[in-house]
Parts: sequence; C-alpha cells; structure tokens
Amino acid sequence: MNTATAIEMCNVAAGSSKDANIVVAEQVNWKILPGEYWVIGAPQHSGKSDFLMMIGGLTAPREGDYIFLGVQMPVFDETLLAHRLKLGFVFDGGQLLSGLSVAENIALPLRYHRELSPDELDARVTELLELTDLMAMANLAPGRIGRAWQQRAGLARALALQPEVLLLDSPLTGLDARHANWWLGFLDQLSRGHRWLDGRPMTIIITADDFRPWQGHARQFACLSEKRLTVLGDWSGVEKSRDAAVRELLNVEAAP
Amino acid sequence: MTDTQLLRRLPHTRSFTQVLGRGLLVFLLTVQGVSAFALITLGVMLTKFRVARQAIAPLVRQQIARAGVQLLPMFAFISIVLGLLVIGQSVALQNRIGAVEFLGNIMAVVIVRELGPLLAALLVLARVGTAIVVELGTARAMGEIESLEALGIDPVHYLVVPRVIGMALGIFSLTVYLIIGSLVSGYVWAFIQGVPLLPGDYFNQLAGALNYMDFILLALKTCGFGFIIAIVTCYHGLAQPIRVEEVSRATVRAVAQGTIACILLDALFIVIYLAI
Repeated sequence: MNTATAIEMCNVAAGSSKDANIVVAEQVNWKILPGEYWVIGAPQHSGKSDFLMMIGGLTAPREGDYIFLGVQMPVFDETLLAHRLKLGFVFDGGQLLSGLSVAENIALPLRYHRELSPDELDARVTELLELTDLMAMANLAPGRIGRAWQQRAGLARALALQPEVLLLDSPLTGLDARHANWWLGFLDQLSRGHRWLDGRPMTIIITADDFRPWQGHARQFACLSEKRLTVLGDWSGVEKSRDAAVRELLNVEAAP
Repeated sequence: MTDTQLLRRLPHTRSFTQVLGRGLLVFLLTVQGVSAFALITLGVMLTKFRVARQAIAPLVRQQIARAGVQLLPMFAFISIVLGLLVIGQSVALQNRIGAVEFLGNIMAVVIVRELGPLLAALLVLARVGTAIVVELGTARAMGEIESLEALGIDPVHYLVVPRVIGMALGIFSLTVYLIIGSLVSGYVWAFIQGVPLLPGDYFNQLAGALNYMDFILLALKTCGFGFIIAIVTCYHGLAQPIRVEEVSRATVRAVAQGTIACILLDALFIVIYLAI
C-alpha cells in the first residue's frame, strides 16, 4: 500500500451502522490523494451516511482493506488515537451534544485531547466561532438555534483539532441559498488551504444527494448506487456519464 | 438489535413454560450485559484515571452536585420524618416493656446499618437514576454517542465514569447526612414524647452500639449502591441501541433492576454483618 495516499481501499465492503446484516457498499477499490476534494453522490436512503461512517472509522469494513494515511482502519487502539484524530467528521445536522452550549460543543475536543490553558482554549474557540459566524450564538443550547447553524457548529467542532481529512455528511441538505453559498465558499477555502490549518490544503470527502451545487467547487466525483462505488472523475465525467443514478443526481432524465 | 431486545419483541405466547423460559433468558442476558458493562467501566476508570482531567473533572463535580448537594433539602426532610417513624414506633413498644435504655441501640441498627443507606440509595435512584436513563437514552437515540466517537472521545469515559463517581460519592454523603439528621431528630421526638433519656446517655448508647466495622461497611455499602445504580441506569440508557419511543420503557426497567440489585447488595451486607 502506498503511504502517500490519504485513503486507499481494496475490495472494501461497508455495512449499515443500524443493522449489521445490511451491506451498503461492496467491492470498493478507491484511492484518495492528499488535498483532493471529493463528492460522493448517492440517492437518499442508499447508505451513503453508513459508507461515510466506515470511512470515518466509526464502523469496521465488513471485508477488504481500508488504509488511512498508512494505517489499517478502523483504529480503535488508544495508542493510535492521535492518528485517528487526523479525521474530522461533520454529521448531517451537526449532532451536537444537547447538554452543552454551542461554544462548549466546539471546545469539547480541545478540552478532551489538548492540555490548553483557559486563555488558549478561549482564544481557539473564539476563532472557530468567528470563522463560522457563530459568535452571537456561542452561549445558546443547540436546541435554541436553527438546524443550519447547528450544522456550522458541527463543522467548527470537527475543525477544532485541525484534522487532515474532513468528512461531511450531506452538508447542504435543507439549507437555503445563503447558507449553501457560505458552505461552498468555506469548503473551497479549506480545500485550497485555510489559515486555521496554517495554509495546508485539506482533503475533503462529502456525501450529497444532488451533484449540481458542487459544480465548480469539488474536483472529484463518485457515485454510490446499488452498493457499487463508481468513480466519475472531474465534472466533465459527471456530465458525460450515462448512468441512470448519476443522471438522477443531476436531476436530468436518464438517456434512453 | 441485541438478543435481549429480540426476546422482548417476540410474539406473546400462552405457554407458561415459554413465558418462564423467555423471562429467564432475558434475566440471564441482562445480568451478563450489566456485568460486562460494569467491568468495562471499571477498566476505563482505571486505565484513563489521568486522561483528559480538564474535561472530566467538571463533569464529576457536576454529578456530585446533582446526586448529592441538590438533594440535601429533600434528605433533610426525610431524616426528620425517619427519626419520627423509628422513634415513634420504638417508644410505644419500649414503654410497654420498659426498655428505653435500648433506644440508641435500635437507632444504630435500624438507621445506621439498614434503613439509612438503603433509603438514600432508592431515593437517589428515583430522583437521579431515572434522569440518567432518559438523558443517555435520548442522547443515544439522537446520535450524540457517534459524535463523541467521531471526536475520539470514549463515551464510557465521558458519560459513565463521572456518573459512577458522582453517584457513589453522592449516596455516601447523603447517607451520612440522613443518618445524622435521623439520629438527632429521633432524640428530639423521643424528648417530645417524654422519654426520660438524657442526650449524653442517648449518644452513649449509640456509640456503644457501633464499632469501626460499621463505618467501614457503611462506606462500602453506600459506594456500592452508587456504583450499581449508575451502572444499571447508564447500561439501559447507553449500552443498547434505543429509539426515542423506547426510552420510557428502558427507564422503568432500569428502576426495577436497580432496586432489585440494591436490595441484593443489602442482603449481602447483612450476611457480612452476621459473619463478623
């Protein structure tokens, strides 16, 4: 296996996190290089969230080899925790801890994994709140802010530990144009190299049920349909594809 | 779905042997699950004792406040009532047989060894244990546990360990306050009922009836109650896949099993008292 790759999968099968007997993807052979910006398109309820959770190391592959930055996944060994934290995960809807405020949610990974002084912790959390325009909501409980803002707080929390690879589960679902544009712009910055990451380009993998908003933003595309992951390449590959699932994700009629 | 959940969802049967067998299987699987969960928690407590103290210490303080400090007013009231109940009945009986000199001994046996710790544990189970099942069950159903795992945070370390420590220390402290309050209120009620007993004599009787093992066993028993209640309630809220609509049933199960487990532990301590 090539350690220069960010992610490498060989004949991987992923199962559902809710029912271990259900397979959502199989025979996945896929390679992701550092700094790439992928969108995995899939129809709703096709298991794309489960597939992303497997990439995030939250579930084990049912079969095959999955190598993340040179280490076999999933990593449950505590001695490899630092390696595991190179992956950031943004859940659909943020999935913030309801008992903590927005700022406390963002501070949680820093509090748990880094021995920071209160001043350092405050400074980092404030910077993340400013990056995501959440300053005004810092002390509110997640239940008191809208879903779009909860999703942003989930992003800020995932970025707190400055991961190398960021996984996002359907980040644009249910967002209005203003929020969607903010996400697209911010992810572009992360992909190019954001100051929060000291200018280092971030590897990004996103699941989506519509390819169209990602045109001109994501650089690589793949489609998960009927348990198979098909790599489409860049946007021209998406447009040229005759696959019915891909056409559906572009909201156009499949070719006869 | 776990084996226990599968058994619970099987269609109803009219066969007595099947009902009995199913109940027995569920019981054994639950004992196995709770025991495994307790061992995992103990393992995490030991191996991560010094891990992430900046994040865990405030949670422990929060749980001590919740299972201890915040319940003090209720326990103050209960201690007054408990003193009245025990002394009221004892005085009526002892006046008939002329044995008021045993008032302190009765208080030591009933309040310090038995009723105080068990009552404190059951009250904390009712007030805090139920809330734990609801909040952890809801957190699990809402995907918050996956969030913690994605952040590299062990849910047992973050959610269970502070509750176990808080509950053990909370029940121990509340039992001590409950006992002190009951002993004092007991004397006041005895005085009101005209029992000819000086405070010095009453407390001498108490001191004579207790020995150092009582204090050691009291500490062990109350911490044991706290550990059991926290484990059973966290297990039902956290350790099994759960949907929001199942949280209320899980709470009822946790209270029933927590009560039974506490009574069994109490019975074990009675055996120990009798043996020493």
